[in-house]
Formats: sequence, C-alpha cells, structure tokens
Amino acid sequence: MKFTFGAILGVCSALVVNQASAESAIIYDLGGKFDKSFNESAHNGALRYGEASGNSFSEFELQSEAQREQALRRFAQRGHNPIITAGFSFQSVLEVVADDFPDTNFVAIDTVVDRPNVRSVVFREHEGSYLVGILAAMASESGTIGFVGGMDIPFIRRFSCGYVLGARSVNPDVDVIQNMTGTTAAAWNDPVRGGELTKTQISEGADVVYHAAGGTGRGVLQAADDAGILGIGVDSNQNYLHPGSVLTSMVKLVDEAVFAAMSDGDAGGEFSTGIVSLGVDNGGVSYSLDEHNADLISDEMKAAVSAAEAAIVSGDLEVHDFMTTTSCPAS
Amino acid sequence: MSFELIIQLTDSTIRLTTPLLLACLAGMYSERSGVFDIGLEGKMLAGAFGAAAVAAVTGSAWIGLMAGMGVSVFFAIIHGFAAITLRANQIISGVAVNVLAAGMSAFIGQNWFKMGGQTPQLSGSGRFNEISLPLAETLSGVPVLGAIYSDLISGHNILTYAAFVAVPLSAWVLFKTRYGLRLRAVGENPGAVDTAGISVERQRFSAVLICGVLCGMAGAYLSLGTSAAGFVRDMTAGKGYIALAALIFAKWTPKGALLACMLFGFLEAIGNKYQSITIFDLFVVPVQFMQALPYILTVVILAGFVGKAVPPKSGGVPYIKER
Repeated sequence: MKFTFGAILGVCSALVVNQASAESAIIYDLGGKFDKSFNESAHNGALRYGEASGNSFSEFELQSEAQREQALRRFAQRGHNPIITAGFSFQSVLEVVADDFPDTNFVAIDTVVDRPNVRSVVFREHEGSYLVGILAAMASESGTIGFVGGMDIPFIRRFSCGYVLGARSVNPDVDVIQNMTGTTAAAWNDPVRGGELTKTQISEGADVVYHAAGGTGRGVLQAADDAGILGIGVDSNQNYLHPGSVLTSMVKLVDEAVFAAMSDGDAGGEFSTGIVSLGVDNGGVSYSLDEHNADLISDEMKAAVSAAEAAIVSGDLEVHDFMTTTSCPAS
Repeated sequence: MSFELIIQLTDSTIRLTTPLLLACLAGMYSERSGVFDIGLEGKMLAGAFGAAAVAAVTGSAWIGLMAGMGVSVFFAIIHGFAAITLRANQIISGVAVNVLAAGMSAFIGQNWFKMGGQTPQLSGSGRFNEISLPLAETLSGVPVLGAIYSDLISGHNILTYAAFVAVPLSAWVLFKTRYGLRLRAVGENPGAVDTAGISVERQRFSAVLICGVLCGMAGAYLSLGTSAAGFVRDMTAGKGYIALAALIFAKWTPKGALLACMLFGFLEAIGNKYQSITIFDLFVVPVQFMQALPYILTVVILAGFVGKAVPPKSGGVPYIKER
C-alpha cells in the first residue's frame, strides 16, 4: 500500500518535471540584486537569458537569513526548474532541500553542494585576485596597499590571500593592510563602515584599496575617490562607478554562469550536474580593462599581468587557495 | 603609541561620534521633557532616506538635509501625537516608529528609484564634502599643534562641526534659558508647570520636534556626509540604540553625552583599526570580540560603573490634567 502510494507520487512529480520548459528561478543573497557587484551580476545574467530566450523567470531577494530555506522550498514546490541560488551561504540549506526535491535541478554559485541534482559553479577567485594584486602593487606609489573584505570567512580570505600573493610577486616589500567589515551577514551591506575602514587604511598610507565586500564596497570605492587614491572593484566590472579612480575590477563571470544554467534548463537544453570550476584558464575570472581605466593601466602592467595569466594557464604558477589549507603563506 | 597613530584614531573617532552625538542630544531633549524615545533609530533611518532621496533628485545636499529633517520631524510628530496627545505607551509608540521607518524607507525607495531600496550614488554638491579650515595647509608643518589643527580639527563636513557645536549650545539652552528650565520642569514635575499656567503638552511637543530635527541631521550625516554617498537599507545599523545607551550613560546631560558618544566612537575606531590583537604571542583576541566590544562595554558600564543614573522623574508618564 505504502509502495503504491509512493509510486503514484513519483509519477506525479515526474509529470511536473516533464512539462516542457518549467520556469527557472533565481534567489539573490542579502546584498540585494542591485548591489552593483555579485548579485547584480547574477541578475544581469538572468535578464539576458530572459531577453535572449523570451522565457520568463522568477526571482526572489532575501530580506533576512530566515527566508533562505523558505524561499528555496517555495520555488521547488511550485515546480520551478532549475533553481539558482546566488551565494555561498546557501550551502547548508541546499544540501537539505536538494534531497527533498530529487527531481528538481539546483545550481549553487560560489560553493560546492555534493548532491546528484546540483550543479556547483565555483570560481577560482584567488587567481583573479592574484592578477589585481599585481596591478595594485605596480600602481602603488607609497608601497602600501589595502584590502577591505566583507564578512570574515575563509571564502573572503581566499580573495585577500590571492591579492597579497600577487602584490608580493612584483614587490616583495609591499605592505598590505587588511580589514574585514564584520562577522555577520550585515557586513555585506554597510557602506558607512566600509568607507570608514578605507579612510583608516588611507591614513596609514594605503594608496590602492581592493574590496571584496558586496554592497559595502560602495563606501570603499567612494572613500578612495574622495581621497584621490585608487580603488579596485570586485565581481562585476565596477570601473564605471568612479571613472579614473577605479584601477580595475576583479571580474567573475557570474552572469555567464547564470545564463548558462538557465539556458541548459530550457526545453532544448542539456542540464548537467557536478562541479564547474571557472578560473583564468577558461575566462571565468579576469581583470577588467575598459575606457574608464585605460589611462591607469600602463603597458608594463599589462605585460606583467599577461605573463602571470600565461603562467597560471600553463600550470607553472599555482596560486595558493586559502580554502584548501585555511591558512595563507603571506600575510 | 605614536603621535601619528593617536591623530589617526582620534580623527576616526570624531567621524564615528558625529551621528551618535546628534542622536544622543536628540534623545536628551525628548527625555528631559518626559517623553521616552526609543524611536531614535527609526527617525535617523527615515532622515537618512529622505535626505538621500531628495539630494539625489535635486542635486543639493542642503535641500536634502532639509528634507531629511522634515521626514524625521514627521515621524517625531507621530510619536508626539501618540505619546503626548493620546497618552499612549511611549515605548510602544517608539517601537512603531522604528518598524515603520525601516519598512517605509525600503518600500518607497524601491518604488521611487527601482534599485532595491537604495538611492542613486550621490556626487559633487549632492553630498556634504570635507571642509578645509583656513590655513590648514600652511599650518600643517607646525609640529604637534599643526597636525592637530590640519588633520584633526580641519577636514570634516559641516554636520560634524554642527554636532560638536550643538553640545555647548544644548547645555546653554537647557540650563541657562527660561525655555530650558520649563523643559526640565515638565520632565520632573509636570503638575507644577501646569499650575504655573504653562502648557505641558506644548512644552513636550516642542522638545519632541527638536528631537526630530536633530535625528534628521544624524541621518543626513550618514547618507550625505559619509562614504556611503546615498541610502542603503538599514544603514543606521543600530546607531540609534547605541545613542540611547549613551544617553543613560551620560545621565541626560550634554557634556556627558559628548563624552559617552566619544567613548563609543573611540571603541569603534579601535575595533576597526585593530581587528585582532596578539597578546604576548600567547593568544589572539579575535576580531569578533573587538567588534562586539562597544556592546559588551555598554552592558558593563550600564550595569556597574555609571553610578546611579536617575532618569527625569516623570519620564514615560503621560501627563493627565487634574480636573
């Protein structure tokens, strides 16, 4: 009896999934989809998919930590497929929810969720941070550069570690001042504090400041612009925010990852699960160069970064990943 | 600790103290008149939003400031109407202001600018920029005093100077003017004031309005005077509550407010600068502790060291005229 009941349920859910082109859904993390950084990049990818395919998609912006699982479950119950979660904080809830909805495909961005129906898209941010570290050290005149992180977690230490290693590779004596905005999720959206941390770093001599802090970075880049020094953006290309005072941005192609996931989930697409690792070799992370910062990046700097890129691609240079050892060889 | 370091820390302290001080003085006027105000946080947030939104549309920080104060005063009137006119519970009315401000700012912001509750990034005359006081450049070469003048005293925005000027001004208003005497009197013994033929309601309402104006300035400082350069959701981040704690710590005096707020500002500056301290190579004080320090200290100070903090005697009690 129990068995037949289960079988019926199985048939029902199979029917739901087989409905052609189930609408895809995306959930943004607490920074909000207009954070000009990570979430906005994910949002742009979703918008582009909508325009290119003509299909609609559902989206949800988290307002509090408590909504994380609730939103994910709601989308799964409504039959959305695939469901994309933007942000590493989804890891633990996704592990649970993915088991409960085995016929729904999920996409985790920035974290690995080892389930048969989850595609985990991770970026090798340490490689991209290494590249902007090189640029920072070469652009700095004072020999002191800064880093402002969001929440103090190993994931953000990965950015700072790559940044320090890159900077030290061109100038072994460079001083790197590192600060984290906070230890809770509120640290992703506190530009007042971000600006204050940056001002403190500037008063200690920093003349290039890199942020990996989501919405908090708005204050970092503004403070850098006000003081006439250089900032470095993250996740999205943020060069346009303060033309001429953003040295470059460490770009993660989150939009591409979202676009690809939504397209693969289409009726005609082929959705694959497992880990997708994006780095310098496949263009997943890079530094941005456009008309806003063309004057700030000299040919010499371009050459140094190109050399590092080539070394990373060929395997001669392996940038240390903080998450593998939870320690950084340089501080 | 080098001299340069002291200058850096103090400079940071002054910037972090400004919003706390304005909010703390705001609370002082309200509570001295007998109206408890737990809604400082909400009024600051609403003020920050109003200032940023109007500054973004008009491009003028001054018009933005006026709007911020206006919005904050509007919330103050709501609080005053509930707490004074309708004699409602002042704590509940204050909480309502906080919740309303947090929700309304994000909601109106989203509908107005379609940026997830944020306002557009402000630039140029849309913000209060740093003011270089006269001769700051020339005097910076003078040892000690030059650095103090050019780095510490010069180079803040107008609202910071306003906050620090408001301290002696408030002390004068409270303790040297007839208005101040009446204000303190309605907080202590409204019956006596009423007997003297002065309207308790009007006196309290005026204090609540001053509170609104100062909270609006505190909010405008956050959105127009800092690197945020605009409004983001929940940008006050608990500063209104810290100001409330500082007010008790300050025993409801302007001088005390200055010292208490500077202490909290200083602790935050320390927490920013030293995110982890290694003590004798033995153990590391974690960053979580450094960032929690202002809050831990609030509890410790309020529980033990503040001595007896006696609130205005009729604080929180609506005045009912005897018939």
